[in-house]
Amino acid sequence: MKFAIALFSAAHAPSSRRALLFAQAALAGGHEIVRLFFYQDGVYSAANSIVAPQDEQDIARQWREFVSQHQLDGVVCIAAALRRGVLNAEEATRYQRSAVNLEAPWALSGLGQLHDAAQAADRLICFGGP
Amino acid sequence: MSKSLLVISRQAPWSGPSAREALDIVLAGGAFDLPIGLLFMDDGVFQLAPGQDAKAVQQKDLSANLQALGLFGIDDVFACSHSLTERGLTPPASAQPMDSAAISQLIDRYDQVITL
Repeated sequence: MKFAIALFSAAHAPSSRRALLFAQAALAGGHEIVRLFFYQDGVYSAANSIVAPQDEQDIARQWREFVSQHQLDGVVCIAAALRRGVLNAEEATRYQRSAVNLEAPWALSGLGQLHDAAQAADRLICFGGP
Repeated sequence: MSKSLLVISRQAPWSGPSAREALDIVLAGGAFDLPIGLLFMDDGVFQLAPGQDAKAVQQKDLSANLQALGLFGIDDVFACSHSLTERGLTPPASAQPMDSAAISQLIDRYDQVITL
């Protein structure tokens, strides 16, 4: 089955970890992930500026490694990211900000990518809240 | 044929960017001519309240964006009647009131659902 996965919560929310576990299980079960789309506070789950305590899970890093390892299409909503200060090098330059906290494998793009993924997938699975 | 999407908007317009971000999904879908429905539920029905003064809480007014729904071809706009009653709001002209039985049918009718 083809899944599109949307995440609306930050890396410290249990729902971000649940989304990651779901995504891992989907691939392990032989399914396809057409796209991951991070929206609202989900953009924080893609930020590389998070410093997790050593005895806690670094979910943002795990997301990054998961997306890279499986060469998934990982999209972070650009409007939601800008509003929350999650910027890649290009946007940091554009808006003259000193911090860059988003990098490959993540791409910044618009909400059309969410609709496109939902159209291409058999199921759209959303994760948010606590 | 395009898959249909129901967006359920559950946050008040003053409670953060959620109301706007739910609406943005709807408008983006409308721009792509996708079959999109919008249901206001729980505190989300406050977005439909008349006489809002967003400036008083230093916010941008969302109602203008709601007016744009028609221009984007979004005609399927609903409001949970229970949520309206609970908050002392009368059903607005811009949204069809729905009771819980109708809402469960509505959710069933759409291929996909996003709740914010």
